Amino acid sequence: MTAPKSVLVIGGSSDIGHATALRYAQAGWQVALAARDVSAAQRNADDIKARSGVDVPVHALDVLATDKLADFVGSLPMLPDTVISMIGELGDQKRAETDLAHAAMIMRTNFEAPSLLLGLFANAFQARGSGTIVGVSSVAGDRGRGSNYVYGAAKAGFSQFLSGLRNRVALAGQVRVITVKPGFVRTRMTAHLKLPAPLTVKPERVAADIFRSAEENGREVIYVGRRFWLVMTIICAIPETVFKRLQL
Amino acid sequence: MSELAGWGNYPKIATEGLAPGRPDAVPALLTSRNGLVARGQGRAYGDAAIGMATTLSSHRLNRFRGFDAATGRLTVEAGVTITEILASFVPRGFFLKVVPGTKFVSIGGAIAADVHGKNHHRDGSFGDHVAALRLALPNGEIVTCSRGENAELFAATIGGMGLTGVIVDATLQMMPIETGWLKQTTHVAANLDAAIGALDATASATYSVAWIDCVASGASLGRSLIFAADHADAADTARLGPQLAPFPDARSAGPSVPSWFPGFALNPLSVRAFNEVYFRRGASRAGAPELVHWDPYFFPLDAINGWNRIYGHRGFLQHQCVIPAANARTVLAAIMDRVARRGTASFLAVLKQLGESHGMMSFPLRGYTLAMDFPITDTLFDFLNQIDALVVAAGGRLYLAKDARQSRETFEAGYPSLPAFRDIRRRIGAGDRLVSHLSARLGI
Repeated sequence: MTAPKSVLVIGGSSDIGHATALRYAQAGWQVALAARDVSAAQRNADDIKARSGVDVPVHALDVLATDKLADFVGSLPMLPDTVISMIGELGDQKRAETDLAHAAMIMRTNFEAPSLLLGLFANAFQARGSGTIVGVSSVAGDRGRGSNYVYGAAKAGFSQFLSGLRNRVALAGQVRVITVKPGFVRTRMTAHLKLPAPLTVKPERVAADIFRSAEENGREVIYVGRRFWLVMTIICAIPETVFKRLQL
Repeated sequence: MSELAGWGNYPKIATEGLAPGRPDAVPALLTSRNGLVARGQGRAYGDAAIGMATTLSSHRLNRFRGFDAATGRLTVEAGVTITEILASFVPRGFFLKVVPGTKFVSIGGAIAADVHGKNHHRDGSFGDHVAALRLALPNGEIVTCSRGENAELFAATIGGMGLTGVIVDATLQMMPIETGWLKQTTHVAANLDAAIGALDATASATYSVAWIDCVASGASLGRSLIFAADHADAADTARLGPQLAPFPDARSAGPSVPSWFPGFALNPLSVRAFNEVYFRRGASRAGAPELVHWDPYFFPLDAINGWNRIYGHRGFLQHQCVIPAANARTVLAAIMDRVARRGTASFLAVLKQLGESHGMMSFPLRGYTLAMDFPITDTLFDFLNQIDALVVAAGGRLYLAKDARQSRETFEAGYPSLPAFRDIRRRIGAGDRLVSHLSARLGI
């Protein structure tokens, strides 16, 4: 009997992180969580353990301390088969327009930190000769909108980083890179927002789609829910002269 | 603000909605508001889980906390549902000691309503198998309650309809099962007397319940099918269904009732036809034991998503009373007779034996409970008031989890512990803070 495969969910305190970790555990995977908020991640780990009977270790990780990321990857008890980054911070667009520190925090959390971290995992996976990398980006990165362009720009950078990384590792054919672009997801991050019901999905849906794409040979760039692919295709097709006059 | 209703779609009332993301977020929300009540999955039928000003949803308090396989004790946050527990634990050979007629309820809601199942006569209600719970009090303090610690608050919270605080998590006693199958025997009763006799005769079975035909009248008044069952052990499944998986998964979701389903589709003719077919089909299978999957056995209606919509936009009322054993035959006959003569009975009627209960405001008492659904019409409220008079005269009461319309007089007559319950609410400062539309309507 082969040993169960393992997954590390970074951002394991989030609702999507929880749902995704649970999906993997239910498929018989060994699951570990990493998060800055260790107590929130521990709540999720306890949940997964009680439901599946399997222990779920929790690692403390502050992704903004980028000088320590290499140590983090090196110190893991084992290199996982799959690593998933759920790192993200919506921030406050209005505040980010004048508060540069806040804007920089949004950019670093959504682009710099997850890119650097997944880059390290890509190197380690290539050295081993196998691995799957999942980056959770956002549809907000497909086109800059006045209502959240700082977050959107950072997610755009992250999406492009993943795209390039996929291109790089694809030539060797041993490591896969998946880009996930959720639309509206009903989570803690969006609890205060009014979201359009037909386009809003639950974290469990994101989790199921991630698992299918990453582990059952699905597509490498996915929108969740699928309707958002159409929405974003239309939004991206609007000429800039028109787009700039829209309130989006 | 958004409009909320219970499972009966009546009444519909606008309230502010809050959804704390973790247990330690509950106290701050609780102390910042007045006129608040917790809500689980919205499966109470009437106005029990609609706050006067604010409704605090538990749907994000949905984490399991821990399971001890040696003791069979499971701790979960209040928003976890029975669906989730059974999905995880049936394959591991554990079942809940008590489940209600739907698995789509939260654990917080099951405790607050002290729900019962088909085994109440033997095993008591949901609260009897709660080892401990943690309750956020109106002052924001979180206290542990059990039979040994804060025992009075524990007894008030079991069946307390969320009016003593917000349940944040609970520890439940699970039971081992050898298989996920039930060994069921169907009995036919030609009338109400025979139905009560059959319920008494099958009381040694773990589960016993009667489907009762509220349309039949005259000599057939109260004709019933009685379903008695026990958990099948390995020997039972080897004998009755050797090809079956010992722990089958939950059934996948079935069809949904569309939101436009016309209320007129349910009428005396269609109900009469349904009941005739259902009764004959059940009667033809009577006698020999058969294996039934745990999911359709306990939760038959869950197979149809949104079955409450069959009653149309006006909604429906479920009337569930319990009549003490001594008076049950004559009083139930009088109720059934009125329902049959009114001619608008539902096809979803259930008769069951109940035992004692231990929550201060719990519904069950030793006797028989009858539950019937009625589509809302202008004349329904007066009609149910007449039924209530029969219930009160017999020393019975109505189930708060189903209620949307009983009078204060009916309520006060049925719940003798009410003054003591009000006293506890006064002492913990719940009076203005924890108020549902049900508690305001009934003066709790």
